[in-house]
Parts: sequence; structure tokens; C-alpha cells
Amino acid sequence: MTTTGRALVSAVRQARVGLWLPLAALAASIATVAVGAALLGTSGYLISRAAERPPILALTVAMVLVRAFSVTRAIMRYLERLASHELALGALARLRAGFVARLIPLVPAGLPRVRAADLMSRFTADVDQLQELFLRGLLPPIAAVVVIALAGISAAVMLPAAGATLVVVLVAFAILVPVCTGAVARAAGKRQAQARAVLSNRVVDVLEGAPDIVAWGTREAHIAGVEEANATLMKLGRRDAYAGGIASGLGGLGAQMAALAVLVVAVPAVRDGRLGGVLLAALVLMSLAVFEALTPLPVAAQNLAACGQAARRLEECVDRPIPIVDPDLPATPGPGRTLTLSDARVRFTPDAPPVLEGIDLELRWGRAVAIVGPSGSGKTTLCEVLARLRDLDGGQALLDGIPLARLRQSDVRRAVTLVPQDAYLFPTTIAANLRIARPDASDAELYDALGRAGLADWVASLPEGLELSVGQDGAQLSGGQRQRLTLALGLLAPGALLVLDEPTSHLDAESEAAFLDDAHRAAVTERTGLCIVTHRLSGMERFDEIIVVESGRVRERGTHAELLAAGGWYASMVSATAV
Amino acid sequence: MRESRVARRALGAAAVLALIQAVLTVVWAVALAAAIAPVVMSGAGLQQIRTPLIVAGCAAGGRALVAWGFESTGRVGAQRVMSELRLRLTRHVLEARPLTHGAETTGELAAVAVQGVDGLELVFARYLPQVMLAVVVPIAAIGWILRIDWISAAILTVTIPVIVFFMILIGLGSEQRAKARWSALQMLGGRFFEVVRGLTTLRVHDRAEAQVAMLERVGEDYRRETMSTLRLAFLSALVLELAAALGVAMVAVALGIRLVDGGIGLQAALAVLILAPEVYQPIRQLGAQFHASADGMVAAEEIFAVLDTPGVLVEVPGQRVAAPSVARTAIVFDQVSVEYPGRGVPALTEIDLELRPGEFVAMVGASGAGKSTVANLLVRLIDPTGGAVLVGGRDLREIDADDWRSRIAWVPQQPRIFAATVAENVRVADPDASDGAVWEALRRAGAQELVSGLPDGVETILGEGGRRLSAGETQRISLARAFLRRAELFVLDEPTAHVDGVLAAELAQVIRTLTAGATTLAVTHRLELVHAADRVVRIDNGRITSGQHLGVLA
Repeated sequence: MTTTGRALVSAVRQARVGLWLPLAALAASIATVAVGAALLGTSGYLISRAAERPPILALTVAMVLVRAFSVTRAIMRYLERLASHELALGALARLRAGFVARLIPLVPAGLPRVRAADLMSRFTADVDQLQELFLRGLLPPIAAVVVIALAGISAAVMLPAAGATLVVVLVAFAILVPVCTGAVARAAGKRQAQARAVLSNRVVDVLEGAPDIVAWGTREAHIAGVEEANATLMKLGRRDAYAGGIASGLGGLGAQMAALAVLVVAVPAVRDGRLGGVLLAALVLMSLAVFEALTPLPVAAQNLAACGQAARRLEECVDRPIPIVDPDLPATPGPGRTLTLSDARVRFTPDAPPVLEGIDLELRWGRAVAIVGPSGSGKTTLCEVLARLRDLDGGQALLDGIPLARLRQSDVRRAVTLVPQDAYLFPTTIAANLRIARPDASDAELYDALGRAGLADWVASLPEGLELSVGQDGAQLSGGQRQRLTLALGLLAPGALLVLDEPTSHLDAESEAAFLDDAHRAAVTERTGLCIVTHRLSGMERFDEIIVVESGRVRERGTHAELLAAGGWYASMVSATAV
Repeated sequence: MRESRVARRALGAAAVLALIQAVLTVVWAVALAAAIAPVVMSGAGLQQIRTPLIVAGCAAGGRALVAWGFESTGRVGAQRVMSELRLRLTRHVLEARPLTHGAETTGELAAVAVQGVDGLELVFARYLPQVMLAVVVPIAAIGWILRIDWISAAILTVTIPVIVFFMILIGLGSEQRAKARWSALQMLGGRFFEVVRGLTTLRVHDRAEAQVAMLERVGEDYRRETMSTLRLAFLSALVLELAAALGVAMVAVALGIRLVDGGIGLQAALAVLILAPEVYQPIRQLGAQFHASADGMVAAEEIFAVLDTPGVLVEVPGQRVAAPSVARTAIVFDQVSVEYPGRGVPALTEIDLELRPGEFVAMVGASGAGKSTVANLLVRLIDPTGGAVLVGGRDLREIDADDWRSRIAWVPQQPRIFAATVAENVRVADPDASDGAVWEALRRAGAQELVSGLPDGVETILGEGGRRLSAGETQRISLARAFLRRAELFVLDEPTAHVDGVLAAELAQVIRTLTAGATTLAVTHRLELVHAADRVVRIDNGRITSGQHLGVLA
């Protein structure tokens, strides 16, 4: 089986829809079309028979059937809708939960090192694409196959040649129309992709670069650029519109072609007496009606293709080795007061050069450590190691003397709290964001943490207080407020060892100094050990130890004064920034 | 649909096509009946029914052609509308609202402006035609049936209002339900997206598994709730289906009875029977197309939402005057206040500030204190909501904005690198600059190494779809722009905020040569720039709190 096919099967399995619900939806949708065809066919028979002017009683059965079919059809449609909606809604909820559950153990160490936001957007879009899988992907073709078979058999009972003809025409259109629709759409997509990309780039430039455009006075040039890209796309689009119409026209042709083909085959049979004349109209009208089962096919084909790609990408994303697993017999955790790394080494892939090598680090209660160094020197990876989001490839990491690998991950994270760089804020209230760290915290405890993070006065001054919604990814907060809120989150967490990854990257110098003051006081004096990772060198005098990391290795270490005296990288950085 | 002109044209085309379609539908039914009846009644062969067969075939082909016409004209119409919207959006943003303040996610808006046409095509190629067909086809078909068999015509005429009534009922009910469901769906989708985006945070606090359980639970709750409303909602649809199916059944039965009586011939009866479902078909389809097109309209509506937001640039009526030279006149902020719509707290409250010719003023203050707002006022990216910025005693709003801006070099915190070559990106400051001038500007901005390291040098494509630059590289391009423009006024808005210490010190050096002797406002927290200033202004919570040099160093 192809990887796409396998991925689709896996997605179907993950949706856990069971057997009965899909079968019920399928049966109801087949019955809707079948009963509709029976209604028209019986009507045709009724009229033809009536034209022979028999006693009215001879028509009773047909008349009753016609009415019964019409009622049944409406009921079948109703059941189909219920079953299919039930199916789709349940599947979506389970698909989402299922794929996230598979993603969790991979975050962040097990995922490829691309931009996280892109990866996550792709991931959510792909999972949501899969909601089309059942209703508008898998069910229509299955229903169509069954309906075509049923129609062929029913027609063949009346006239074998008519059955064969009907099946041939229906199968031809069932394949031709989706293939044609898909081919036209793909060709258009390919042709337009370039033009759309150019236009999109220019529109994004305008929307995001509007201040620059206005300030530099290049407005007219940018408008002209958008106009030009727009005109190019329009020209291509018009051609593709005419091509796209062909598929639509073909789709409309099918029902009539089926009816006419059956008619042409059946007329000689009536002459020969192989087919009763009263059945002719029934046969033709039925053929006209069964085509209804084929109308959703082009869309289904497109959806299946899209779902296949989505499922394949998702499998590629989540089907990876889990980087960290809990031990079978976890050790009993200690009080969580000292975390030491000795000769620590990390590589992203076995054959890549190490990102971290020979790192020694001691983090314990009452001690403040700063890890500094240029961007890209492996500092974030080091943070991930401390919170056991990543395992070492060499050396040792001990919490209270116990190797991290022998502890449950949740026990490590209860002891070590990491505030990641650019930590995501949920678009909900301040309180709800804080309670991620401790769900049962009281308002007073929230205010206490906010106070230690230097944010309590501000929150108290808000009319909404703790209930202020922070907006999409904290958009309602300033950069400083954001970072203080994430600090409060870290302070609220039970961990006694606090690791802050670039906590001041979005602050100006004054706010940075105040923030470091607050963080330092909050962490060291209250109950914690502190480790701050930063590429900026303000406020370093406070720290008990400063470790300079460059290209994954410790270059220098010591106190601020010692490092200045040593006159190495640190000293040159300090003098460069201080002017 | 507010794009009236284009929409009217599309509507007209749809109406004509719908008329043709209605005629073809009747022709098809009559011809097919004429082909069947003689065979049933008198055992006619293919030879005898050749003419009706050919006519039926042509009618079928004609209907396919009309379907093609609907689709292609509809798509072209949608493209026209979308193209017009894009251009209006571009102009609106650039002319009235350059600062968006993250109110709308620009990436999404751009996607809507480009890809949204696909949804709009559904509206124009499916929904509009369906509206026309739903009106024209039943009228034509019933009108024709009336001439042959008034009873069938009556049955159809009576059932149609029932169908329409229930459709409106469904429409009214489901619009509210759809809205509620839509917002619930949005909420669920949003939750899902948040959980995925925040996974690292959740993992750090050991809350990820709980969130997964939450996702499944709210999804299940939603399913249960939705299903209980749907069970009721679909009942109206059931009645609608029932009316349509019963209508066909009743026509068939009535025709049967009249045939037995000899009141009608088989051929006419067959034609009526074939037409009967065609009467209902376009009306029933309308509901489905309506829902599909409602999503398609979302794109257009999102753009309209932006177009409808008022601009932040206030045009004062009257003649624009040319900008006076800043080299000789001071810029005075006179009791300037700025309030952004939707924010309770004003960004600036009645500030007074003077920038004298040739003076370097550094502006410091905490994040969010209003520093950038001052810079934006100078460049006229916004206008004051109270007070005025005066240049040579004249309100800045009376001065020709483009002329004014042409005297300014603006170096913002996060300059935009456009999807264009390095040279084009620098030429933003002076489109007519020679290659030599561009090189010189790049050199002075310290971007020489950067550019010579690029695969195509100054012709390397940057920005969206091109090479991405780091914060430091971006800032060098921005400074090159500033060097290229011989500006009288420099407005620097935290130009080194996103750059490492060493690099920031280097850039600060470049900035000092750049601004030497020109009037400069530098929003900054870098000591090196503060030290270079003639004067330091401190701003707190939208008010100027100190104009002393020492204010910052505290």
C-alpha cells in the first residue's frame, strides 16, 4: 500500500467511528437514492399501465407504492443527515484529541527543527481537513458503487442489455467527471500558483509593510505592483474558469445520457417483446434518477486527495520516535533542591556535531546562575535538558543525586520549572493562564505570584482584574507585561528550581533591569534556585555564577567581577555594550 | 452583495442562462416523452422515434452547455469582484490606515484577499445561478404543464409554497443555529489551535494530557448538543423533502387516474411526469448552495470589515501646502493627545515638545509609554486626536503628507523588507538613485559584507518567498535606506531593539554618522544613543515627565 493509503487508514482508525454509524450513514444515503429511483420508476410504470386503461383497481398497488416511496425517501434523507452529522462531529473531536495526544511526547525535542509556529499551523489545518474524510470523502464513492450495482441489477431484471448499458454509462461518468474535474483544477492550480504567490507576497507586503510604504512614500509603486500581479492572475483565472466550466457541464450531462442510452437499447427489445412496453418508461425514468448518487463524486475525489495529503503529512509529523520515555520502575523523587549537569552532551542527530558538549552546571536552592552567550550557542537546548524536555547523549544529569532518566518526567517537572522563550499565552484571562501552572490556586495565590513578578499593581488597577483577557497570543499586553506574566506563571508552579529562557528579550534596558531585579528577588529570596539564560548582559552582578556558552561549550565561568578581571569574551562584550 | 455593478452584470448573465435552461428543460421532457410514448403504445422502432431522440439529445447537450456557461461566467465574475476588493483594500490600508496595531491578523487577511476568490466563485458560479433557476424553471415548467394538464399544474403550484415556506423556516431557524454552531465550531477549532500552539507551555507544567482530555470532552459535548438541535432542525427539511416527493407521487397518481379516464394521452402524461421533479429540483438545491456560498461570502466580508473601519489619518479639508524645511523651522507638539480606537487609556495625553532644527533628541521611557506614538505622529502614520503637531506654525495635517514624508528618513524597530531585490529594497528611499548611490548607502550602513555574501549580490530577492534576513541584517538595510535619502529629519524608533549587544553598539555608531547635523528624534533605550543626544525626553504613561539629560540614567 502507498504511504498515503496507509496514512488514510491510520486516520480512519484514529477517528474511532466504530462500524455501525458509518454503515448506518451509508445505508441511509444509498436508500435515499434507491428509493428516489424507485419512486420515479414506479411512477413511469403506473402511467404506462394506466395508458392501457385497465380497471382502476389494477393500478392500486402501483399507486400505493408511489406514495410509500415518496414518504420513505423523505425519511431516508432525514436519517442520512442525522447519521452523517453524528459521524462527522464525533470523528472530528477524536481526530483532534488523538493527533494531539500523539504530538505531545514529541514536543519539543522529537520534532524537526523548523519554525514551530509554521509546523503547528500546518498540523492543525491538516487535522481539520480530515473532518471531510468520511462525509465528503469515503462515503460517496462507496454509496455510488452500491447504487450503480443495485441499479444495474434492477434494470437487468427487466432487460439484461439495459442493465449492462446503464452500468457502463454510470461507471464511465463516475470516473470521467471526477477525473476531468480534478485534472482541470490541478492544471489551474499549477498555472495559478506562481501568480497567486506573487500577488500574495505583494499583498502581504502592503498589509504588513504599510507603515514603511507610507513613510518612504512608495505608495503608488506598491499599488501598481498589486494591480499588475492582480491583472496577471485575472488573465490566468479567466482561462481556467472556462476550463473549469467544462467539468461542470459534463456532470450535468450524465443523467440524461444514461436515460437516452437505456432508451436506445430498450426500444428494439420492446419491439421484439423481450421487454414489456409498460416497463420502458420505468426503466428510463429510473436511469434518470440514479445519477443522483454520482453528483457528490467530483467533490469527494478532491476531498480524498486533500485528506490523503493531510494524513500523510500528519503521519510524517507524529510518526517519530518518542525522545523521552518514563522508566518502567521510576525512582522516588527527592525534595528537588539540586540539579547538576556534569560533562553534558547533546546531539540532534547521531552523526551531527554536538550542540552541547562538556557542560557542567549546578542549580540549587538559593543560588542564581546566568547562562550567557550569543544567539544560537545552544542555550535553549540546555534549558530543555534542565526541564527534561530533552535527554542527554552523554554525561550526567542528576536531580537530588538521582539521574533524570530514572525519574518520571512529571516528577522532574514538578521540581524544575521552565519558562520557555516566547512562552505562548492562551487567549483567555490572566487567571486562566496562570492556573495552567497550578489549577487549584486561589486568587490570593495568583496575586501573590503576580506581585513577585512585579505585575500585581497593574492587574489590580484593571477594571477586569484577573479576568482581563490577554488576547491572541497576549496581544493585549505589552512586551514587558507578557514576560512578567510568564514569569508569574513560573513562580506559581510548584518547581523549586526556576529556569528562565531569554526572559527579557522584548524589554528595553530599564524594564530589563527592573525585571531581573524582580526575578532575582522573587526566585532567590523566596524558595528557589534560579537559572537565567540570556544574550544580554545587564544586571549580571547579582548572579552567583555566570557561565558563558559559545557553540555549545563553556568558554568562561565565574562571577561578574571575576570574568571582568579575566578579560575574555565576557569582558569584551560588557565593554562593547556599555560604551 | 455590495459590489453592485459587477454583481448586477453577473446576475444578468445568470438570468439569461436560466431562461435558456428553463426552455431546454421543457424541451427535454417533451422530447423524451415523445420518444417513449410511441414505443409503449404502438411498439415503434428507433427509426420512428428518431426525431424526438435527436431533439432530446440536443436538449441534454444544450443543458450541459448552459451549465458550462453558468460555471465559467460565475467564476469570472467572482474573480472580478475579488480583484476589485483587493485593490480597494490596498488603497484603504495605504491611504487611511497604515498602522493596523495588530487588530487584524494581516497574514490571514492577505490569504483571504488572494485565496478568498475560491469561496467567492461558489457564490457566483453556484448560488446566483441557483437563485435564478429556482425562480425561472418552476414558472416555465408549470406554465407549460398548465396547458396540458391543469390538475398536475395545480398540485405542483400548491406544493411549491409549502416547500418555500419550509425552506424559509429552515433558513430562518438555521441561520441562527448556523451562527451558534459556527461560533461553537470556531471556539472548538480555536481551542484545538491553542492547545497545539501552547504545547510546550502545557508540557512544562504537565498539563498537556489534561488538555487532550478536555479537547475530546468539549468535542463530545458539542456533538451531543448539536445533535439534539439537529434532530429538530432536520424535521423541517424532512417536511420539505416530503412535500417534494409527495408532489411527484401525487402528480403520478393523478395522471394515472386521468389516463384511465382517457382525459390525457400517454405522451403528455409522461412529459408532465418527467418535468415534475425538475420543478422541485432547483428550489431544493437552493438551500444547499446557500450554505456553501455563506462560507464563500466570509472572505468578502472579512475584507469589508477592514474597509469599513475608519482611517486613523484625518484629512483636513482645504488646499495642501508644501512642507516647510525642517532644517530651518522647529517642530512643535502642542498639547498633543492620541487615543487609539478600542483602547480605554490614551496613548498620549496633552504632550508639549519642541524639536529644534539640527537637534538630536533622545526619547526614553518604559515599554508602552507612548514613545512610538510620538515617532508615528512625526511620520504621519497617525494623526493626533487632540492638539496638533505644528511645523513652522502650521498644522501638520494641512501640509501635503507625501511632500512632508519625503523630507524624513524613518528607521523603525522592525523595518519591512519587501519581496524584492536588495537594491529595490534600498531604493524605497529614492527610486531614482543610481547603482553607485545604492552601493554607497549599503556601504555606509555596514551592509557591504552582508550583500557580498548573498548569492546574487544586490540582485538577491529578499522578503516573502525570498531570502530572510536576521534582525541585524534587516536593520542594516533599513539604515541604508536612511543613508540614501538626504533627509532633513530622522525619526528613529528603537532601531536596535532586536539586536545583540555588540551589534547594537556597532549600529549605534552608524546611526551617529547618519544623523550628524540633522534634526533627529530617536526613541531608544540604548545608552550609546542617549549619550549622543543634545537632549533627553522621558515619557511615562503618555505624558512627558522630564526633559533633562539625567532622567534616563536612574
